[in-house]
Amino acid sequence: MAQESGAATRPSEILTHRPDWKARGRKFGGVLWRLPKFPTLLLLIVLVIPAIFADVIAPYGPQEAPGGIRGRLQPPVFAGGTSQHLLGTDKIGRDMLSRIIYGSRISIIISLVGIAIAGSVGITLGIIAGYYGGKVDALIMRLVDISLSIPPVLLALSLAAALDPSFRTVIIVVGALLWSIYCRQVRGDTLLVMQQDYIDRARVAGASGLRIMLRHVLPNITNTLIVLATLQVGFVILLEAGLSFLGVGLSRPTPAWGLMVADGREVLIRAWWVALWPGLAIMLTVFGFNLLGDWLRDRLDPRLRQL
Amino acid sequence: MQRYILIRFLQGLFALWAVTLIVFVISRATGDPATIILGIDASASDLAALRERLGLNEPLLVQYGIYMGSVLQGDLGESLKFPEQGAGGAVMARLPATIYLAGVSLALALAIGIPLGVLSAIKRDSALDTGSKIFALLGQSLPNFWLGLMMIWVFAVKLGWLPTSGTGGFKHFVMPAITLGSFQIAAITRLVRSSMLETLDSEYVKLARIKGVPEWKVIWKHCLRNAALTPLTYFGVIAAVVMTGSVTTETVFNWPGTGLLAFQAVLSRDFELIQALVLVFSGLFIASSFIVDILYAYLDPRLRYS
Repeated sequence: MAQESGAATRPSEILTHRPDWKARGRKFGGVLWRLPKFPTLLLLIVLVIPAIFADVIAPYGPQEAPGGIRGRLQPPVFAGGTSQHLLGTDKIGRDMLSRIIYGSRISIIISLVGIAIAGSVGITLGIIAGYYGGKVDALIMRLVDISLSIPPVLLALSLAAALDPSFRTVIIVVGALLWSIYCRQVRGDTLLVMQQDYIDRARVAGASGLRIMLRHVLPNITNTLIVLATLQVGFVILLEAGLSFLGVGLSRPTPAWGLMVADGREVLIRAWWVALWPGLAIMLTVFGFNLLGDWLRDRLDPRLRQL
Repeated sequence: MQRYILIRFLQGLFALWAVTLIVFVISRATGDPATIILGIDASASDLAALRERLGLNEPLLVQYGIYMGSVLQGDLGESLKFPEQGAGGAVMARLPATIYLAGVSLALALAIGIPLGVLSAIKRDSALDTGSKIFALLGQSLPNFWLGLMMIWVFAVKLGWLPTSGTGGFKHFVMPAITLGSFQIAAITRLVRSSMLETLDSEYVKLARIKGVPEWKVIWKHCLRNAALTPLTYFGVIAAVVMTGSVTTETVFNWPGTGLLAFQAVLSRDFELIQALVLVFSGLFIASSFIVDILYAYLDPRLRYS
């Protein structure tokens, strides 16, 4: 904004102030560059790179059983297996490494779509509650209270039992569990922003309610939302894994990590590696997101310290 | 204070009522209960008779009235899996095992989490602090059913020290309690650490030190009393995590509690049993958060007047 300080004296220009995309780009690039090294690297190695390049990196396809019947339950290479299957094979003879690599895609898609849906519902209702106040606010907050008073796992199980195990079911469960958390947080933040002078000024200048919500409130609460979303990725991945493990999440033969742990449970005594690797992948991914979320929280929004 | 208790109580009742409404809506929105109970290949006359008996031909509002009436009389519906006990009876019969396990795991979490949190706050940025931070973050990151499986493999299959599943003596408790407690140990360690850091920085702790109160007394008496309140604030979160964890933990260890019951109910599509579980647990959840709120208002007078 600095270079246009001379020109920006007309009131209309102050009120509409156009975003300086170049400066924002630099700022965003700066943030990317300053991300903490360990969790970022961890997530790149465990999640992002495998998900993008799965077709190139993975030695076999996710459903491929190259060894036939004799290729079943082969141990990892360091436990007496062959170098053809570095992490061993499962009870159908599928390569563990390849399935874990393809599984990263499932985790990313579920958490992105789930959080996007929960976030958009929660943010919309939260801003509306905080902006309009009064009866609207009371109604929405009662809904939030109710949804928070049902134990998450039972809500998840009753929804998952009513619908069939599928991608859609998992997304609905994630959305139903998480929207209220966004809603409550956004409402609180909106109330704080609404006390600022620039909201009154925008109103005096004739801005509509929708415009104030989108242009003046939303940009001022994005930091909190970024932190919240990052911290919730881990929760969503654990939730999906748990649901799939219990048989009410995704269905076989999807290479979802939680399903692979469930497969491993059946053969635990003979073949420990089938359960070990996918669980390790879940743990490292969630660990990475928790570290990243903590880091972002300390920098962007210290008020959320105890989430 | 009375006013606060009354308002919270009414809010709790309202939430409980809303839960019955949601349970009812989910049960009616997901298909015809008569077909679910009798199966797809039931004859049309049987279906019609059952619909008549269950009142499914009445308007929805009347159906809700019938449902509420039986819930208020303590009848939580029938169960396909436990026909003679009924849904409510099946839940109640399994409840003690779950509460027992949850209690042991919570005690374990407090016994490990509080000292660890206090020590890492005192020795801030030491090796111990870093270690406990990583331990706590990892504890919050691992799927507990996986931890349970790995412990079964190491301690039951390889070493043969502990039984793989079921109930019995002390040994049967070890692995399920650690599995169920893994998240809480981590959460309590982090909460206690951060609130200890805040308290150690406060004026009255400085005063106690200036007065010459011995350091161990400052930490374990003056600070901890305040810091120990923090886990109480997060009781709701912790209770929710325990319930979530109990389903996977009990499934992994074949523990005969409500978590395993929920898993079996979902597998056999026993909808009325699931609804009874949702209702009982929401009731417990709402009641316990009511008690915690009152307790907290009692301990922290600032809350009563806001």
